[in-house]
Amino acid sequence: MNCYIGIDLGSTTTKSVVMDDGGQVLGRGITNSRSNYDTAAAVSKQEALIDARFTLLRRGLEGAPSLKGKVDAFLGDLERHFRHVQFLEQLDDLEQTARRNGRGLRFAGQEQALGEALGEVFRRLREESEALFAPGARRRSDFFRDIAGSRFMALAEPLCKEAGLSFDLMLNVYDKSIIEVENRPPSGAMQGKFLRALELALGAGGGAGDAVAHPVRAALEIPLEEAYVVGTGYGRVRLPFPKEHIRSEILCHGLGAHIMYDGTRTVLDIGGQDTKAIQVDKEGIVENFQMNDRCAAGTGRYLGYVADEMKMGLHELGPLAMKATKTLRINSTCTVFAGAELRDRLALGDKREDILAGLHRAIILRAMSIISRSGGIRDQFTFTGGVAKNEAAVRELRKLVKENYGDVTININPDSIYTGALGGAAFARRAVQA
Amino acid sequence: MTVKIPTPSAPPSPHEAVKEASMLKQKEMIARNYELLTGTAENGRKVVSTFVPGNLNELVMCFDMLNNLPEINAIQNGMKKLSGGYIEEAEKRGHSEDVCTYVKADLGMMAKGNLAPNGKPLPRPDLLLLSYTGCFTFMKWFELLREQYKCPTVMLHVPYQGDGHATQNMRDYIVKQLKDEVIPALERASGVKFDIDRLREYLRESARAEDDLVRVLESAKRKPSPIDAYFGGVFYIGPIFTAFRGTPDATEYYRLLRAEVDERVRRGLGPVTPEGDMKSQRYRLVVEGPPNWTSFREFWKMFYDEGAVVVASSYTKVGGLYDRGFRHDPDHPLESLADYCLGVYTNHNLPQRVALLEQYMREYEADGLLINSIKSCNSFSAGQLMIMREIEKRTGKPGAFIETDLVDPRYFSAANVKNRLESYFQMIDQKRQTATAA
Repeated sequence: MNCYIGIDLGSTTTKSVVMDDGGQVLGRGITNSRSNYDTAAAVSKQEALIDARFTLLRRGLEGAPSLKGKVDAFLGDLERHFRHVQFLEQLDDLEQTARRNGRGLRFAGQEQALGEALGEVFRRLREESEALFAPGARRRSDFFRDIAGSRFMALAEPLCKEAGLSFDLMLNVYDKSIIEVENRPPSGAMQGKFLRALELALGAGGGAGDAVAHPVRAALEIPLEEAYVVGTGYGRVRLPFPKEHIRSEILCHGLGAHIMYDGTRTVLDIGGQDTKAIQVDKEGIVENFQMNDRCAAGTGRYLGYVADEMKMGLHELGPLAMKATKTLRINSTCTVFAGAELRDRLALGDKREDILAGLHRAIILRAMSIISRSGGIRDQFTFTGGVAKNEAAVRELRKLVKENYGDVTININPDSIYTGALGGAAFARRAVQA
Repeated sequence: MTVKIPTPSAPPSPHEAVKEASMLKQKEMIARNYELLTGTAENGRKVVSTFVPGNLNELVMCFDMLNNLPEINAIQNGMKKLSGGYIEEAEKRGHSEDVCTYVKADLGMMAKGNLAPNGKPLPRPDLLLLSYTGCFTFMKWFELLREQYKCPTVMLHVPYQGDGHATQNMRDYIVKQLKDEVIPALERASGVKFDIDRLREYLRESARAEDDLVRVLESAKRKPSPIDAYFGGVFYIGPIFTAFRGTPDATEYYRLLRAEVDERVRRGLGPVTPEGDMKSQRYRLVVEGPPNWTSFREFWKMFYDEGAVVVASSYTKVGGLYDRGFRHDPDHPLESLADYCLGVYTNHNLPQRVALLEQYMREYEADGLLINSIKSCNSFSAGQLMIMREIEKRTGKPGAFIETDLVDPRYFSAANVKNRLESYFQMIDQKRQTATAA
């Protein structure tokens, strides 16, 4: 079947959306952008195609009587096994790479000890991975670098101590290797991994047998043809596509928001390094836009910086800010100054949640100013980008929209991070079908 | 005639720009003027420092004085990538980050030896001549220079066109100042007696060149446009806006330029860019605001690579709106200098600016208005967003807003500017498609 793909290369993450002939979204994929956009594009596209494959599996299995009412559970199982198979494959790659990088003159005299320690770390990583991908297990991130990285550190440190090896040396090998592994284009053979996952899922679920295996195999055999790919986002010029396959992310965001909510007239996107306010007409065509361009104050990176300053995870900021009993006034939207103001407030004894509430308000105030420069908010208003996932930011936004523009429908899609890629996929579809 | 430097047959490398005869002529004129300015110890010439808007070059020449323009020095330093260091030097000496970067580039240059592009030190001015035409910063700038040079200063106060038009009263007021203040100050500084017939001669020469400049600027009404009225335009206005208006050299420059442009029209060619003839013209734009000088070629490339040509710009009117009919007039010499000062773009109020830009949008059949908003120029930037909205409303064409700076390299973010421009061009495309579909 024909697939239309949009790839949005952002500063933090790269997103892909696969669309079918009828304009339905088949799959979505996301990965960290690394410093290598080619690989990020390839990985996110592959992830979206994997997701598309799951959509096809769902379509195939919905008719299977033996799975009646159990399709979700089965697919969940299948995906879990698939991810595990995929994880183990990447882990193998990482181990081989690390062993290669652990040889050479710098390691003279330590090569053997290092090799043994690496072998042990990876053995334990494999062992642990069973639990990591067990039913109901929660992973903090689905990016290989995040999962493998944090556990590698935790396992390697005591092992190094025991073996009398320098942990820094080990880290050095790891850092070098993870970059190589991440920047290698993903291996293409998905079919094999799906079949392996199917075996495991059937083995675990038991009993369903051919009645399930048959539609799964049939869904796996549907070819996914890339009819047209459109790239957008900051890394778009790096994509190995001809120029007509590249669209500005302003247009993609406008169209993507329109597809998600066709009543959209104003879009606010707060991403990693920029904040965009876009006005669209009833067809999703961009009429006007404004963005920050001399300074990154008030973008997603601002929250990232605050999280680092507070030694918290980015996703923990919103929930903590929601616990605030008052909103402290933070004057500076400058990322670095906000850090200073934050430490100052903490020293004065203000509560972390109240300060955080103030910081969230500051970022939204900055966005409001960009919106007003673009022509203000018209009904309906769609909020997208990574910051749209932050409940404290959303709460401030709702308040300020109400104060300044009255009753406006505010749309926030759980998949809003894919807005640009969705617009890109729609442009790809139009390029072929128009 | 197109001449490529240094090897006529080789295609231009990214570093060597394609040049035409008029460009070589201008380059030689500028070089000669800097030689004169830096050779005052030998040639004994006296020097006036003054600004582009309201520049009284013909009058200055009546006193055998040389014209040194600090703005032009700042632009030269911006294009030669020297302004960044100069600005840092000025900031080190206490000038705030938000001050006009022309001012800081100039003060920094002075602090670092005041070297002209030929590598020799610029002379101390014998007179600071301030034609005040709407930019308040000029006054403060000369205050700082006066402090430094301890030289005489004379100010010509040109009333702002706050109500959108000039009056006879304003004109009389300027002529009176010229007679009572400016001319005596020039006589004192130079030791030369004022001769009004000499002024008439120079003004006659100016008017000839001005006719040709207008012809060149208006050639952009054609499709394809043979010129870029912003990136090319800033070179076309060079001689008339600076130390050459009223000289036979300027007349010759515009004669050459006009012939080149006529030839391009005849051959159906687009503008000359640093990489040769611009091939396709997909977007016709009107631009408001000065350009960025520190990344000038990179900035321009973002336009011509996408097929965007600027057909009219307001910046090329800061030294006079010749295309709206003004000519220096030998029969009314002082009055015509007064009218010239009153009419420069920087002395226009907001409604006049909107009206002018709207006319350009229509006369030049533009696809949109682009505003390059300058961080450190409040005179230009105040009200620009309103200007954009008003033009959008009146013409139905989309506007876009980018932000850069004059000569501070820290405020040119290439990735962001490119992103906005590409989005804007694609937005124009999309609008066209919907218009066709409907």
